[in-house]
Amino acid sequence: MTEAEQKIRVLIAKPGLDGHDRGAKVVARALRDAGFEVIYTGLRQTPEQIAEAALQEDVTVVGLSILSGAHMRLFPEIMKLLKERGMDDTLVIAGGIIPEDDIKPLKKLGIKAIFGPGTPTTEIVEYIRTNAK
Amino acid sequence: MTQDTRKLIKQLLKGNRRAAARLMTLAESMSPEAHAAIKQLYPHTGKAHIIGVTGPPGSGKSTLVDKLIEEFRAQGRTVGVVAVDPSSPFTGGALLGDRIRMNRFASDHDVFIRSMGSRGSLGGLAWATHDVVHILDALGKDIIIVETVGAGQAEVDIIQIAETVVLLSVPGLGDDIQTIKAGIMEIGNVFVINKADLDGADRRYAELQMALELDRKPDGWQPPILKAIATTGEGVSEVVKAIQSHHDYLIESGEIAQNRERRYCAQLETIVEHSFIRKLFVEPEEQALFQQLVQEVNERKTDPYTAAERLILHLIKQKGN
Repeated sequence: MTEAEQKIRVLIAKPGLDGHDRGAKVVARALRDAGFEVIYTGLRQTPEQIAEAALQEDVTVVGLSILSGAHMRLFPEIMKLLKERGMDDTLVIAGGIIPEDDIKPLKKLGIKAIFGPGTPTTEIVEYIRTNAK
Repeated sequence: MTQDTRKLIKQLLKGNRRAAARLMTLAESMSPEAHAAIKQLYPHTGKAHIIGVTGPPGSGKSTLVDKLIEEFRAQGRTVGVVAVDPSSPFTGGALLGDRIRMNRFASDHDVFIRSMGSRGSLGGLAWATHDVVHILDALGKDIIIVETVGAGQAEVDIIQIAETVVLLSVPGLGDDIQTIKAGIMEIGNVFVINKADLDGADRRYAELQMALELDRKPDGWQPPILKAIATTGEGVSEVVKAIQSHHDYLIESGEIAQNRERRYCAQLETIVEHSFIRKLFVEPEEQALFQQLVQEVNERKTDPYTAAERLILHLIKQKGN
């Protein structure tokens, strides 16, 4: 019985149109094994679907996986919709194929960490444990 | 109760979705604060029609729920959904994937979907599922659909919550003996054979028909058996009609009173049981006594029955929660 502790709930979402969800699934599985509750929303989610799911599920972390290259267009929209819903304190992190040059502007947008290909899942777990409140 | 919780309740009663979501998280903590919040909300509940959807893993529960939402929304009714998936008995983690099938309603603010991990409860729901349903009810949802974890034979807790239980089955799962076993087969008010385009659907139909035939009461509700293909939506409007007929039947026959009594009785039992367990595993003093008694049994100084009696005696001497 460990009900006293607050469970960390994480939304894993794939915005945009690419169909590559293997990475998202591997991360979702690793977070599950770390004892988190992972809400997996599947492929091709609109920014609105992601923000609304984050609100209804009351997650502390949103993990975005994207390989289509549309992150500079979709991520600002997601951040805006989260803010509109009063979810500014959500820890937003991202993974997938994100060029070096884009990392700085994305962080400025409020995306706290970006995990590229080859990141050990333990690193993501540790990051969430340390930073999720 | 904290100021913060009071504010959330106020916002919830005005229809605020974020407040509802945060209260659900609080409810899942099963803390005294959570129970205080539910006490406040309780007078605002009791209006929704609560529908349970259960059946084996992969039988299409979430896909059917998605189509049910669509049908109820077309009737202009607001919908809340609680979808429960299993938590790991080892890590406590969970992968909650029911939402994948229902995420198209994001821009419709009259639909609220919440995923829950079962967190150690074994009856197909989570301990706090009742409370999350109460919150959706207080939020003003007309219809609340509760989707259980994939259920096999004995996960029947859904009857503690739902007025109408939809039991899904699919072709090709065992022979007719499975359909006359006790347990889950007894709790369906509406039977749905999903994936009815697969081989074996007709046989499944005949087996269910035989099993239900043996159950027939002269003037009671006769559970209909419906075929559906949830992915295409085929047969779903008939499922909705059957759900509504069952609800009408409960009201017209007066059976709703027994239905309610059964549910409240079970809810009360669950709360008492969980409060006891919580005491034993969370409160330091009781935890120490529990450990001490385990030790005594281990050393054969006492037996488990005497130890349990001492624990219960200790607990009932205490006041409050």
